[in-house]
Amino acid sequence: MKAFVRLFARDVGLAFRHGGGAGLAIAFFVLAVTLFPLGIGPGPEILARVGAGVVWVAALLATLLSLDRLFQADYEDGSLDLLALTPLPLELTVLAKCAAHWATTGVPLLVAAPILALLLNLDVAGLGALLLAMLLGTPILSIVGAIGAALTVGVRRGGALLSILVLPLYVPVLIFGVAAIDGAISGLGAKPHLLVLGAFLLGALALGPWAAAASLRLNLD
Amino acid sequence: MLHRFANPARFGRIIAAILPWSAGLTVVLLGVGLYMALFVVPPDYQQKETVRIMFVHVPAAWMATMIYAVMAVASATALVWKHPVADLTAKAAAPIGAGFTFTALATGALWGQPMWGTWWVWDARLTSVLILFFLYLGYIALWEAIEDPGRAAKAAAILALVGAVNLPIIKFSVDWWNTLHQPSSILKLSGSTIHASMLYPLLVMIAGFTAYFVTVLIIRIQGELAARRVRALSLGAADA
Amino acid sequence: MFAGNGLACVRGERRVFRALDFVVAPGEALVVQGPNGAGKSSLLRLAAGLLKPAAGMLTWNGTPVDADPDAHRARLGYVGHLDAVKPALTARENLAFWTGLAGGSAEVGPALDAMGLAQLADVRAQFLSAGEKRRLNLARLAASAATLWLLDEPTVSLDQASVARFTELARAHLASGGLIMAATHLPLDLPGRALALTAGARAA
Repeated sequence: MKAFVRLFARDVGLAFRHGGGAGLAIAFFVLAVTLFPLGIGPGPEILARVGAGVVWVAALLATLLSLDRLFQADYEDGSLDLLALTPLPLELTVLAKCAAHWATTGVPLLVAAPILALLLNLDVAGLGALLLAMLLGTPILSIVGAIGAALTVGVRRGGALLSILVLPLYVPVLIFGVAAIDGAISGLGAKPHLLVLGAFLLGALALGPWAAAASLRLNLD
Repeated sequence: MLHRFANPARFGRIIAAILPWSAGLTVVLLGVGLYMALFVVPPDYQQKETVRIMFVHVPAAWMATMIYAVMAVASATALVWKHPVADLTAKAAAPIGAGFTFTALATGALWGQPMWGTWWVWDARLTSVLILFFLYLGYIALWEAIEDPGRAAKAAAILALVGAVNLPIIKFSVDWWNTLHQPSSILKLSGSTIHASMLYPLLVMIAGFTAYFVTVLIIRIQGELAARRVRALSLGAADA
Repeated sequence: MFAGNGLACVRGERRVFRALDFVVAPGEALVVQGPNGAGKSSLLRLAAGLLKPAAGMLTWNGTPVDADPDAHRARLGYVGHLDAVKPALTARENLAFWTGLAGGSAEVGPALDAMGLAQLADVRAQFLSAGEKRRLNLARLAASAATLWLLDEPTVSLDQASVARFTELARAHLASGGLIMAATHLPLDLPGRALALTAGARAA
């Protein structure tokens, strides 16, 4: 347990010291969202209609861009070898790194999301659902993304390949994340969609670290 | 039973023996199926002649999913039992599956145009098939991206299994998404009920496509086995 | 006593070595030598459990390592080609992280001292030279309770004074009953034997 916390703390610390972590993710998030009114026009009704989807798509892309720092740096400097040799099982190592990734990418997105939702004229009734859905969804994005990152660690130009591998797997989170917000706004309720997201999260927590660890072991070989 | 097929040389002999039969079956079944689809089946009262596209679209979509299942089973066999040819089977199957997926998408578009005037419609099946197409592309890309063939095989196997687990979830999500955004008229590309006169040609086409898949799969596996032998020989020559 | 029997290693469809046997006794350093591509690094990674052998078995005091992989990981200290040093952290922080993960104490001063890094303890690793980073990596061994040291080119990029420090550290480890298995081109002044790997064929 202590080792888990130490690894988590180190990764969070490194993300901030390198200056790449939270700041860049939020900046990309805001920029990506800003492109949509520029692209489709500033009409409030249209923006309100697409707002939930735009916020989620931008969040997916922002997470995707930050995934390569999950394992790549450790792989390149030999830390990954040593992490595989510590008493902490590799599955827990992966989970600690996913938690750190979520803390430095998912949480900032979560904080920025309501502000962006307001920029897109999203109905205020949907804000609570937006926060809850992203609270459940962003950890899933980190864990599922970790599987892709583990498979492509050490591959040249792995970033583009990572996107192709991971984006189809993100589709269910996108669909239910948006459905939760739309459900809250239309009055039909966000709860069933949030429950499904919760189920996805439990599934990802159970199976994701295992798949990612297997992929890492493969690439350490 | 698996052990009998584990020896690559014997596996090679078995598939070489099957090849002429599956090739023959392919020609016969596809010939009969296409004849029935094009000439025997009466034109649909609503869709008229364009309904004939269904006889390619539906079997192609079926094959796309079935081949992914084959890849998943082969990948599991490769990872768990370390069967030496299972990973090559999955690798060989993938482009065929991608081809069927693309066929399903293209015929779906061709079918939609005369019916609704649009070249693409985001209905549940087409959207799921489109995502399946990307799963195939990702799988093939992973094989190409990793230089070491042994490592590429294992990584691709993991990816195939992750994809297989996610595929029902994606299908479920897309179906749900479709009902949430359901337009007023029900767009069902499969047609509401399948009359018996339509069912038999459909089954024959599916059987024909399956025979085609087996034929091309065998040819591709033979190619992969040969490539592996060439690599072993050239590495051996380098060492000597 | 660490031993390997009938080990075979395949990297990328190429057989690197086969039917390899070795024994390392307590208090002894086994120096693995051979030309490039002979499989020295692969053998060490295999011994560490990072690589799975295509054939053969590793044993610790007679029992197969596979029976208890966690115990094996706990008893070994691995130093590979790369130094696993994070530029944004200081030398002390880097070392404390690894010892902390292994369950050791955070007091890493003595270990830094042993490799002559006391002055550089609070310098960010991005300012350390290649030799200093290597010493930091080796200091991990001083701070750990590992019995079996697996070292891949430990003294490369080290100056003479540092090589002497490392040798002293290694000798102390061997004297207390530790084992060392090291791959190196450079001479190591340690009690023990040599294992020669020839490229692509049976080991001597």
